[in-house]
Amino acid sequence: MLDAATLDEMADIVARAQAAPHTMPKLTDKHPGMTIEDGYAVQDRLLAKWEAEGRSLIGLKAGLTSKAKMEQMGVSEPSFGILMRDTLDPEGSVIPTDRLIHPRVEAEIAFVMKDELSGENVTIDEILDATDYIQPAIEILDSRFEKFKFDLESVIADNGSSARFVMGGRARRPRDVDLRTIGMVMEIDGEIVACASSGAVLGHPARSIQMLVAWLHGRGRTLPAGSIVLTGGATEAIAIKPGNAVFARFQDMGEISVRIG
Amino acid sequence: MALDTTLITRAGDELYDAFRGNTTIAPLRERFEGIDITDAYRIQEHFMRRRYATGEAIVGKKIGVTSKAVQEMIGVFEPDFGQLTDYMEVENGGTIDLDRVIQPKAEAEIAFILKEDLVGPGITPADVLRATDHVRTCFEIVDSRITNWDIRIQDTVADNASCGKFVLGEDKVDPRDVDLTLAGLLVERDGEPVATGVGAAVQGSPLNAVAWLANTLGRLGLPFRAGEVILSGSLAPLIPVKHGDRLVAHIGGIGSCEVGFANGGALAAAKSGEAANA
Repeated sequence: MLDAATLDEMADIVARAQAAPHTMPKLTDKHPGMTIEDGYAVQDRLLAKWEAEGRSLIGLKAGLTSKAKMEQMGVSEPSFGILMRDTLDPEGSVIPTDRLIHPRVEAEIAFVMKDELSGENVTIDEILDATDYIQPAIEILDSRFEKFKFDLESVIADNGSSARFVMGGRARRPRDVDLRTIGMVMEIDGEIVACASSGAVLGHPARSIQMLVAWLHGRGRTLPAGSIVLTGGATEAIAIKPGNAVFARFQDMGEISVRIG
Repeated sequence: MALDTTLITRAGDELYDAFRGNTTIAPLRERFEGIDITDAYRIQEHFMRRRYATGEAIVGKKIGVTSKAVQEMIGVFEPDFGQLTDYMEVENGGTIDLDRVIQPKAEAEIAFILKEDLVGPGITPADVLRATDHVRTCFEIVDSRITNWDIRIQDTVADNASCGKFVLGEDKVDPRDVDLTLAGLLVERDGEPVATGVGAAVQGSPLNAVAWLANTLGRLGLPFRAGEVILSGSLAPLIPVKHGDRLVAHIGGIGSCEVGFANGGALAAAKSGEAANA
């Protein structure tokens, strides 16, 4: 584990790269001994810093939830990140990209929790019982690392490349749909760029929450009632640029439409 | 320049012999100079006519080359079609004998069962909806009689659109009760996700693919009848299969379909075991 001063310094580097957009070398270049836990310790410091600035936490996100992405990164569990209230944009809005470097968009299912979840082994049933509703979401990712050179430790410290997200379309009770097979089609400027179904996330997106709650439990924490959870991209992440119209359709859940500004 | 009848017959016979002998042949495009798509459909007709002569009967059609990825791979920008026969059908949950196919891969699709004839040209997706009795989840086991799947459009069309076997799920759904464009697919192998997709991956909508087929058959003067089964195209990339695999496809709003794969020896042993227990 890196010492506190080094972790503080990393948090400053990441916070600066996110606030005034610029790229940074991957953090392991300077600290090859950095671990995944160090990455999460940087995330904790980012949260403390942002809360001190008056920003608030609205939920958590899972990343690397598809088999393809896990194999690509050589990991067997998702990565997790934090979602700030002021990064949630309404559907139909223009997403500001003046503070993004190389933004990409992916479609996924968001869960909104009504009850707290805790423990090492929550079941899918318990998760569905604790869910207020699910809704279509798109996430705008932005890796701040130079030339897309990154590793898992650095990405976690960069809060899983989180930038902005949008929730919209039709809210559903989780037991009213088959969460394995919600079809999704994402279009940019009227052209289909990604096709998927919700089962691309670990076979069932609630499995992301299962792993999230177990991970939180390992750190002595719980998933609070009221949290939004982004369960991870079902589609691949597609590059976007200013002027693009992004349109994502979800089976029996409506659609989300935004413009990239 | 179109191939003459002798060459068409020779190519069709080669494919038939490969099919019967469970073997493969070199790509046709390298050996039949000037072969075009029209020639390829004539070869397919001859290949299939030899199969009908052994008792196989047409039960429907398959549509292939419907995804952008596959179209780019083989260099064409429209689908193709082949004939489905009763010989190709495997019951839901059944096991395919790997000794009786050559180089199989699985595709999960939406099957249409027609209640009215569809006679093109001029057929629209709206006509397809009207003429469809129900849709089901299905697997198509594609198989190529061309060595190493080294195919371009002429090779696969001549080879009956690389059709091997098909399996229809039991759940039947009225097409007015499901969004076919956004129907999502999950294929599992032993409970693990192996492929996902969505209806829109097939020509923007599986309805578009079926309308294309009706219009293409209409132009060629081929019948497309009530009661036929149409495999409308793969929702996901091809899935490799091996001995012991069991695949289940779930399509949102439609239902499930299951198929297994086993080497012939293992299958025969299991069957004689069943017989002994009976």
